[in-house]
Amino acid sequence: MKENYVIEAEGLTKKFGDFTATNHITFKVHEGEIFGFLGANGAGKTTAMRMLCGLSRPSEGRATVAGYDVYRQAEEVKKHIGYMSQKFSLYDDLTVAENLRLFGGIYGMKRKLINEKTDRLLAELGFTSKKNAMVKSLPLGWKQKLAFSLAIFHDPKIVFLDEPTGGVDPVTRRQFWELIYQASDRGITVFVTTHYMDEAEYCDRVSIMVDGCIKALDSPRNLKKQFGVDSMYDVFLTLARTAQRSSD
Amino acid sequence: MNSIIQAENIVKTYNHHRVQALKGVSFEVEEGEIYGLIGPDGAGKTSLFRILATLLLADSGTATVDGLDVVRDYRKIRNRTGYMPGRFSLYQDLTIEENLKFFATVFGTTIEQNYGLIKDIYQQIEPFKNRRAGKLSGGMKQKLALSCALIHAPRVLFLDEPTTGVDPVSRKEFWEMLQRLKENHGLTIVASTPYMDEAMQCDRIALIQNGQFLTIDTPQGIIAHYDKPLWGVHSDKMHQLLDDLRSWQGCDTAFSFGEQYHLTVKPGVSQAALESYLHGKGHSQVAIAPIEASIEDCFMALMDQPETTMKQ
Repeated sequence: MKENYVIEAEGLTKKFGDFTATNHITFKVHEGEIFGFLGANGAGKTTAMRMLCGLSRPSEGRATVAGYDVYRQAEEVKKHIGYMSQKFSLYDDLTVAENLRLFGGIYGMKRKLINEKTDRLLAELGFTSKKNAMVKSLPLGWKQKLAFSLAIFHDPKIVFLDEPTGGVDPVTRRQFWELIYQASDRGITVFVTTHYMDEAEYCDRVSIMVDGCIKALDSPRNLKKQFGVDSMYDVFLTLARTAQRSSD
Repeated sequence: MNSIIQAENIVKTYNHHRVQALKGVSFEVEEGEIYGLIGPDGAGKTSLFRILATLLLADSGTATVDGLDVVRDYRKIRNRTGYMPGRFSLYQDLTIEENLKFFATVFGTTIEQNYGLIKDIYQQIEPFKNRRAGKLSGGMKQKLALSCALIHAPRVLFLDEPTTGVDPVSRKEFWEMLQRLKENHGLTIVASTPYMDEAMQCDRIALIQNGQFLTIDTPQGIIAHYDKPLWGVHSDKMHQLLDDLRSWQGCDTAFSFGEQYHLTVKPGVSQAALESYLHGKGHSQVAIAPIEASIEDCFMALMDQPETTMKQ
């Protein structure tokens, strides 16, 4: 059986002047996989992620995401991915239902489908009573879960999560990961960055970037074995200490 | 011991009392300690900082900093405290050096006069002193903001989520800088963080949620007070294991912690009972062992409820 890959990157590179932010990274992500994309601040994660989302053109190398070339088919890439960041995901001044309608509309979903999916989603999340509540009135934990559901509302093949759990309480953080598992069980590929090292353990595979390059890529278990340490924190620490480029 | 900060029953509401940010908070901070406010976003940490930094008035309650009242003596307090807000608040159009000079001048001092205090931190960004603040990376902004908060040689430092969004290695280095400020200069530091692991860097911590303190103690003291049996559980089918643990009648709570689940159990149940239950559910390589609680376990046990309840 041929392996299905949702991301295939080969020698993907981005230069800003004489600074190489992302330096020839090569990796593949399987369909349905939870892929942790780790690295210190300034290691080149954001730049790499922007290229994979079709927001920034690579200087060199190539990548396909959900079957589309990030260089030549950036618009198709955007249609077939979901994206959520901690910083911005929802419109505070719209209701829950309005946010869903807006995003569904942007992705070209039919009104009828949007309505059906809205009701089903809110029932699943236990949010039905909040359908017409302004997003700004919701607790942060609810917003995070809603934002995630919104990111996969149009059934993308892959969802990019940029530090989705920053600042939320420890129970909500874990419940958020249970949503990630559910999405992954439904076949959605999850590409996630995090600064919580326990969350790195929840990923099927993890890559760690240092100075623009991918310095390690394997399952958490194998990485710990490879570096002879007990936790992903120690793996991260070992690799981050090899950085030449200042995190500044 | 001398308390350098005393807060008594601080209440703060917003939006015509509809939002209760702080529901009567009392605490004391000893001189020369690192005091952590540990809690999620929306817990009330920022409101508390702004009240202590004399930038916001409480609805009721009193507080003193270095013996001065936060309302009456606000001008004096501002000369004795440094405040680093959660959001980067320096002038983006000024360079590193200009920002630092600006804050020194506002407080009637010079960079040279207090250089000893910031040297350790400022030297790391000094090579870029002619770069505009808006063009700096997150780590550099953080160091500049800390330098600016220190330039008038305050006795107390308020740091509102200085490490949010920062990678684990840089977070560790930041806390090492704080330790040196405390040890070499006797500074009192109050810092907030949503990262539970940083609690261990503090002399004492307050766990805070929904505008209330859940507990105040040393990190070690909080862990010692954890009184539930706590087991770490692992098997070959981790996804399924979580559901199975939660369906088990002896289970109180089950949550993921890195590569295993932390399980709190009802009184009187045995590990052997759980093991045979899990084998019956088709798990193999089952590992169950009593473990010591982390600060995060303690927080989860103390919090009344998560911000949201999920449909089970």
